[in-house]
Amino acid sequence: MKRIDCLKAIYPELEDCAVVTIMGAVAAELYSLGHRPNFFYLEHAMGLASSLGLGIALAQPDRKVVVLDGDGSVLMNLGGLTTMARYAPPNLVHIVFDNQVLLSVGGGAPGGYNWFTTATSTGSDLAAIATAAGIRRSQLVRELGDFTEAALDGIHGDELTCVVAKVEAEMPASFHMDVHMLENRFEFPRALQRMQAKTATGGRT
Amino acid sequence: MPVSVANSGVVYEALKQAGVRLCSALPETWLVHLVRMADEDPDMILVRLAKEEEGIGISTGAHFAGLRTALLMQNHGFLQSVNGIASLALLYKIPLLLMITDRGTMGERDPWQTEGGKYTRRVLDALNIVRDELNRPEEVASKVAKAMALAQSSLSPVALLLGRDLMWEEATA
Repeated sequence: MKRIDCLKAIYPELEDCAVVTIMGAVAAELYSLGHRPNFFYLEHAMGLASSLGLGIALAQPDRKVVVLDGDGSVLMNLGGLTTMARYAPPNLVHIVFDNQVLLSVGGGAPGGYNWFTTATSTGSDLAAIATAAGIRRSQLVRELGDFTEAALDGIHGDELTCVVAKVEAEMPASFHMDVHMLENRFEFPRALQRMQAKTATGGRT
Repeated sequence: MPVSVANSGVVYEALKQAGVRLCSALPETWLVHLVRMADEDPDMILVRLAKEEEGIGISTGAHFAGLRTALLMQNHGFLQSVNGIASLALLYKIPLLLMITDRGTMGERDPWQTEGGKYTRRVLDALNIVRDELNRPEEVASKVAKAMALAQSSLSPVALLLGRDLMWEEATA
């Protein structure tokens, strides 16, 4: 399963969501499908995308929040899974692309991009960890059809959902992103405000 | 327990007056009443953390969603959060109100608290985080309001160090 195909499968459903991605390949591939102001790409602070999404979800309970995370980042903030489970906002979907390697932080290094594997390559099961952390609706998927069903169930459902998707350790076609970090930082909350206003007026803007 | 209930209440009221709607917290002795007050307030979202750095992400998300927040932590929690502060809050210009208990300073009796206090201020200074200290109840409301104003206008973390004279009531002076 390829990460880009997973992103393509859910992309149309992200229009009304607050979307938070990690740095690197996930950000670049989502961007390549078409940037929207309701996408925030966290280009550093590995581990905190999930916490950031939790903050949005708690502060705007009517807004669906989708976090696009990775195995390396989640492993840096396993405690955050317990915090997420503890407050279990029904409007939060945590998607973890598990390629079993620190692709984006060592991808260009000598030795090729499979040189530094994460512990998921030796058996650590992030979906099981999420379940054990208390996220009742968490599952591991390996096929695109299963991913799409699980992710869309989460996006359209009303229960905290964690989907761990086993994907190939493949570099994105390009890391090009023509949106500056700070531009993105300011447009994102404005987009959330506009969406909030739209919700408050029942869709009339 | 000689943690000051009255002065914890003064600090909590100041946070409310400053518009704080979400507090993240990891407790230590000096914070027990503050955390309890946040927990008992139906208008406050209290997020109990596993590790302080999570709070940087949560406050960033809440800021994006339009809420003012405060982070309640010990100075060692601040030291634990440094990467999140640098690579999220400072990098992305995020306002944070860091409420940091000033352990390991003059009067400290717990040997295990004596290390971090030596350089809490210097680490804050190294990060260019504007800081002030809360030592007397009568200065709390004004300083919290000003710290929040500066955090919001500068889009930066601002730190208030909660001092021993404010938070702790010694049995004998």
